[in-house]
Formats: sequence, C-alpha cells, structure tokens
Amino acid sequence: MTQNALMIEMTDVMARFISMAGKRLPDDVLQKLAEMRDEEDQEMAKEIYRSMFENLEKAIELDRPICQDTGVINFFVKVGSNYPYQLQLKKILEDAVKKATLDAPLRPNAVSIFDEENTGDNTGERTPFLHWDIADDSDEVEIHLYMTGGGSSMPGRATTLMPSAGYEGVAEFVYDAMVEKGINACPPLIVGVGIAGSMENAALLSKKAILRPIGSQNQNPKAAEMEKAMEAGINRIGFGPQGISGKTSVMGVHLETAARHPATIATAVSVGCWVHRKGTIRFKKDGSYEILSHKGVSL
Amino acid sequence: MKKILSTPLKRDEMEALKIGDIFYLNGHIVTSRDTAHKHLIQKGNEMPVDLKDGAIFHAGPIVKKNEDGSYQMISVGPTTSMRMEKLAKEFMESTGIRLMVGKGGMGDQTAEACRDNKVVHCMIPGGCAVSIADQVEEIERVEWLELGMPEALWVCRIKEFGPLVVTIDTEGNNLFENNKKLYNQRKAEALADLKNQVSFI
Ligand code: SF4
Repeated sequence: MTQNALMIEMTDVMARFISMAGKRLPDDVLQKLAEMRDEEDQEMAKEIYRSMFENLEKAIELDRPICQDTGVINFFVKVGSNYPYQLQLKKILEDAVKKATLDAPLRPNAVSIFDEENTGDNTGERTPFLHWDIADDSDEVEIHLYMTGGGSSMPGRATTLMPSAGYEGVAEFVYDAMVEKGINACPPLIVGVGIAGSMENAALLSKKAILRPIGSQNQNPKAAEMEKAMEAGINRIGFGPQGISGKTSVMGVHLETAARHPATIATAVSVGCWVHRKGTIRFKKDGSYEILSHKGVSL
Repeated sequence: MKKILSTPLKRDEMEALKIGDIFYLNGHIVTSRDTAHKHLIQKGNEMPVDLKDGAIFHAGPIVKKNEDGSYQMISVGPTTSMRMEKLAKEFMESTGIRLMVGKGGMGDQTAEACRDNKVVHCMIPGGCAVSIADQVEEIERVEWLELGMPEALWVCRIKEFGPLVVTIDTEGNNLFENNKKLYNQRKAEALADLKNQVSFI
C-alpha cells in the first residue's frame, strides 16, 4: 500500500471505530453493569436497569448511538517511538471525527469559545482533544478514544488542598462532587481521581483514571486500598442508578497519582456516566489493527 | 403488571400518584425545554399547542425529516429538569399541564406549584435515547421550529412511554430533595468511617 492509501484506509477505520464506540459499550463496562444489575434489590433501580439494557440492545439493533449526547471526542494516543506515521496521525484523527459525525451520525458538540458557534462537525480549536504519550522501542500506535458527554462533565472539578487536609480531604472533595452533581450525571458512575502537586496535572490524571479498565487497581497497595474504601463509601451514600437510590452507585473508583509538592495535595475528579463510551484500538505500521476494548466486534 | 396512564390526564389520576411510583404513558407528549419556556413566558408568545391536561417532556431530540415532509424521531432523552425551575410554575399555570417529564429532580418552587396545581413531575432514565425514540409512534406536528431542532415543540404520539418515576407528587413531596438529605447524612457517616483507613500522612 502507498502511504497515501494507508492514510485513507486508517481514517476510514478510525471513523468506523468512533461510530461503533457510540453504539456499543466496551466489554468491561458491560460486564460490570450486568453484575450491578444482578445484585440490585430495589424495585425502582431494577426497573431502571431493565430500561438501560433494553436501550443497549435497541442501539445495536437499530444501529443508532446509545445516547443522544455523543459527547466531545478525546484521544489519548500512545505512539511508538519507531512508528512511521507520527506526523500524519493528527490529521487522520480529525478527518475520522468529521466522517463519523456524518456517518454515525454524532451530535455536533463543538462550540467555539467567544464566537459561540457550533462548528457542526465536532472539530474545532484543540478539538478533538489529543493527548500524546510515547512508547519506547515500539513501532505501533495505540489509540484510546473517549466520548465526553455534557452531563457527565458537570461533576468534574479540581482543587489544591493543603497537606493538613490529608487524604480524607481528597475523599471529602470527591464525595461532595458525587452528592451535589454526580446524582444528575446518569449514574452508575465511574469515578476518576487524580492526585498531584498542582491541579492541571491532577485533572489530566483524573481523566486518565476513568479510562483504566473497570476492575483494575492502582499498583500502589495503599492507593488500591483507598480505591476500594472510596468505592464502598460512595456505594454507601446509595444514590443508585439515575440518582433514585440503589444498592450500588459506582462502577469503580480509580486513583491516578503523580508525586506532589511538599506543600500541596492537588486533587481532581472526573466522572463517566453509565454510557461510558471508551475504546482502544492498536495499529501496526502496515495499517492492520486490533480492537482491544470490544472483543469480537468487526468494523 | 405495568401501570399505564393516558392523556388527557385526570386530576384524580394525578392525585393517586405518590413519589417513587412507576408508570408508563400513552397518548401525547410535547417536548419543551429552555428556549420554549422563555418564548412562552418571558417573550409572551401564545402557546400554539393545547396542553390542557397534557404532558411535556424536557428534552431536545434528534429528528429526521422524511422525503414526504413527515418527521421521524431518531434519538430523544431527557435533559436536566432543574434548568426549567425558574419558569416551571408559570408554565404550568398558563398551560394547564398535568405532567412534566425530565431528568433529575426539581426544586421547592416547582414542588409547591405542583401541589397547588395538581401537577406531577417524573424522571425518565437518561442515556436511553433509542428506546425512548422507539416509544414515539409518530411526530404529529411541530411548532416553534424557528427556535431550532432541540428547542422546538415536537408533538409526539407515544405508546408505553417510560418508565416514569414520580419525583414530585401532587402533595408537593419531592423524591430528589428527600434523597439529597439522606445522601448527605450517609456521606457524613461514610467519611467518618474512611478517616481511619486513609491516614497516610
Ligand atoms: S450523562 Fe451520559 S447517559 Fe446521561 S445524557 Fe449525558 S451522555 Fe447521555
């Protein structure tokens, strides 16, 4: 394949991948939601789960996006240091978003700041949002996609605590966000918490945290312990699916951290709603690909 | 057994509903969100649809126009009802609706107005846009389309529309406000317990 043909092919694959991600939940989310549904013992909550799963089936049957808010598209790209098409990736991803917006179709959700105009194709200034990481000695590229809905962005917040607030201060900040805004963000939620020296680092980590596989643990045993404790704590608050009460309320709490400054504990929280549309795809340099998030799905 | 009500809704049917009840709706529902509320109340336009004893849906749908000029509901889900809090009271008093459907709860002012006017607020699950669109049998007409697709009044004929969970009843009981108190209390307990587990500093 010529480079040009490969670029066209990759754009097409990415457009189909984005479209698919708006219509099917990834395996880990689906499995966790099914467990939560089976565990649920409150009547109202059970009825809500029935509607959610019926909707998931209908979305596939009628080939439509699961939710009318298909979000703003974010890419977290892990590009191999030897991957040959690093320079072409940005354009491929932007073109793929435009194409998926028409084909899926996705709701146009990119509004320009100050001019306050909807661009109509889900691209615009720094949109789709791209975040780059480099994988040493690799000639592949791994692309993590996330569709960030408006409702699920509402609880997002960041602050810089003083060390005297302690880790309980982190938990309190997160719990407050849950009760004030989380209940309206279409729970069950996945809660990402970033802890770092300053709030912009914490915010980015909180977003990366919600992209971690559901059920995974932070590698630091103390952090893993805090994840479990916070998950139990939020479940105890008990807002349940759609905020109307239920046995469980969150698909998980994920902590991601960076060393902090001695004088600060910056904390941020991001949440994903139950329609947690994320996906991972890996391209080899010959353009062949593997979908890691949705097993057995062909594009 | 599914409990199903139909529009036009009767006052005594509304009075029989209590917070936490679940039911489905047949008949008609009309979408109305931020701009349509303002168009009616602040701009003083006349409501072009008879909403007496009817139902409104806080929602901004994706609608497709067919070649023959008819419309098809593609995707529709509730939007946060709280944004209509300021105008809901006047809206119900000027239109005579019996039911509002949206996402989440509404505030004290709406709860009082629901009590005084015998109106009910319900939530329908968010993120279920395909199912809900499928419960719309037909879009019978559209008004105020000049406000844009999401803001227009879409008059929908619906079948077993729901599940609808009663969040404000005709006595002014408010499920989400009650829940919030409970959640805040449990949050304080959960935090007190967590303290000993995370004293890493
Ligand atoms: S919070 Fe999620 S499920 Fe709810 S309306 Fe927004 S995108 Fe859809």
